[in-house]
Amino acid sequence: MPMKIENGPFWKRVEENLQNDFMREAVAGMQDRGYVRRLGVIEELGHWEEWRSLAEQIRKHTLENLDYYLMQLSENVAKRGGHVFFAQTAEEANDYIRRVALEKQAKKIVKSKSMVTEEINLNPVLEAIGCQVVETDLGEYILQIDDHDPPSHIVGPALHKNKEQIRDVFQRKLGYTKSSDPVELARHAREMLRRDYLTADIGITGCNFAIAESGSITLVTNEGNADLVTALPKTQITVMGMERIVPTFEEMEVLVSMLTRSAVGQKLTSYITVLTGPRDEGDADGPEEFHLVIVDNGRSSILGTEFQPILQCIRCAACVNVCPVYRHIGGHSYGSIYSGPIGAVLSPLLGGYDDYKELPYASSLCAACTEACPVKIPLHELLIKHRQIIVEREGKAPVAEKLAMKAFRLGTASSPLYRFGTKFAPSAFAPFVEDGRITKGPGPLKAWTESREFPAPSKERFRDWFRDRQKGGNPL
Amino acid sequence: MTRGTIQNRDAFLQTIAQRLGRNPRLSDVSRPQWGYQPQWTVFDGYSQDDLLKVLQKQCELIHTDYIETTSAELAGALRRQVAAYGGGPVIVPDDPRFAEYGLSALLRDEWPAEQTTVHIWNPALGRQNIDAAEQANVGIAFSDITLAESGTVVLFSRNEQGRAIHFLPKTYIAIVPKSTVVPRMTQAAAVIHEQIEKGELVPSCINFITGPSNSADIEMNLVVGVHGPMKAAYIVVTDR
Repeated sequence: MPMKIENGPFWKRVEENLQNDFMREAVAGMQDRGYVRRLGVIEELGHWEEWRSLAEQIRKHTLENLDYYLMQLSENVAKRGGHVFFAQTAEEANDYIRRVALEKQAKKIVKSKSMVTEEINLNPVLEAIGCQVVETDLGEYILQIDDHDPPSHIVGPALHKNKEQIRDVFQRKLGYTKSSDPVELARHAREMLRRDYLTADIGITGCNFAIAESGSITLVTNEGNADLVTALPKTQITVMGMERIVPTFEEMEVLVSMLTRSAVGQKLTSYITVLTGPRDEGDADGPEEFHLVIVDNGRSSILGTEFQPILQCIRCAACVNVCPVYRHIGGHSYGSIYSGPIGAVLSPLLGGYDDYKELPYASSLCAACTEACPVKIPLHELLIKHRQIIVEREGKAPVAEKLAMKAFRLGTASSPLYRFGTKFAPSAFAPFVEDGRITKGPGPLKAWTESREFPAPSKERFRDWFRDRQKGGNPL
Repeated sequence: MTRGTIQNRDAFLQTIAQRLGRNPRLSDVSRPQWGYQPQWTVFDGYSQDDLLKVLQKQCELIHTDYIETTSAELAGALRRQVAAYGGGPVIVPDDPRFAEYGLSALLRDEWPAEQTTVHIWNPALGRQNIDAAEQANVGIAFSDITLAESGTVVLFSRNEQGRAIHFLPKTYIAIVPKSTVVPRMTQAAAVIHEQIEKGELVPSCINFITGPSNSADIEMNLVVGVHGPMKAAYIVVTDR
């Protein structure tokens, strides 16, 4: 699965997804329940703003000294007998992993959930040399056996599927004969995957946090799949985005505490595993060989720019889970494995504006994402920066936004023109207004107004109203 | 230990430094004093008894059976819990604490006499240990550090304690000496960090285990027991 998951125009994808009632209900339910759970654990913890400030400081310091910490990490991995490969591009990473697989004559490879291996599109590379690649995270497994259905959420990839659809896939592909009860479905996956863990030649994982001081990698799961992926096969390959690193165990601990609370509302997930090098001499399990692949793939181009804070991300999806736009259009509309506000900022940076110019507009700029972010990434401000670049430098803004952005741009430059822009807006939207509500909006508003009406720009601007009010005019 | 290889590092780090607009920084960076330390305030001043109450309450949330006992009663409590999980086969690490806590007779004589197979992890047996773990109904291990806040047992791998003990058996029992209980992950991380500062090697695998395995990947319904154990119990030994 490459980073780009769907073709076709953005608004067409949005329209299709708005018809998907199950998906929309599932997303709404996830957001509502997740919101309550997340706030519950945050409140129980206390001092949340201090935690956020600490996490932000850690991430900023690490990024500012990234070369130092990657140096330290790689030295410590090598000291423990592990091999480190620095890959500037997806191709370099894939080539290296392919060479390891060929050298090991690997037939079966088990994987635990990893966004970066999706991003570099690793699986087809391994399948092309005859390896069977098995995803072991339950959500990823479901998507893989359903002819590689793309993920729709960075933490819960199969969120868009209901249990009947999953049962049908299991029946069709795995000879499953039982019900759509999630427990029975999960037990079946357990049986199937047990054999795979025990017979795999290579285990591949992502990396939540590498620890520079010890050359360790930290894996966070609830299922325990990453533990079996790393305990049983003879060779372990871990692929990490180059920014997924902390100085010491102490910072790892802080960020894991933030990650599990923000992602799933848990104090810790069932399994947090810290692995250092291959198995120790005399151990009877764990990998005999360990490879760490550190991937740039466009990340260094973000360093030193106004978008650098996006590299603070710990992939918790708290921003996704509070986003009102994601709630309506779902993950597939974004056309990237990275969806929601984080995806809307990151996808254009890693994949370019040609493919992702609409994403920065898939936001109401309500700032719920920024407020939810445990490492204080100013997500909505970065979305505005994207819009500015798209309009000013690239000239690629979707037509409807061009108008609005023009007003915004002029507005920042000149106050008479700002007044013109806001005066002009009501007449621009006039054809779509009924009783003061926009019911059939153009462009981005069209999707939004399928589900709700959008308040029309007032004919009377706040400024005019305030002036009138001071003169004793109409109250609103 | 043979040193591993490092490839393409120089150019990679050079690019990062360039983007950051400075020369490569490859040594002499120290961690700043962080401006906030909220992690140390959690359960600050709690006694060991207070922490046990926190642990017990958390066990309800993580679907984990919580049993308190004394070292004199431990063998009986363990025997009952294994029976409640359906009996053997049992797999355990080769850990001197089993003898210290009076469990040798149970492991070496009583259970085998009752046809409850006990496999004691033995690195010399290699792959046979994994087969035994796969067939085991119950895995049992001692918690090295226990985190009250999250209900987590911390386990350091060693030759005599393989990783598979905690993951392949159908059910899992952790023996928790009361003295191992600390407020949260902060204390465990600090201990490990200190060891590294002193030049000690961290074990190749450190597990932070919080209850049985679970997943909410199907319609966000919680399914307890996916790839790892389907049930878990903590037996807290209150006088150790």
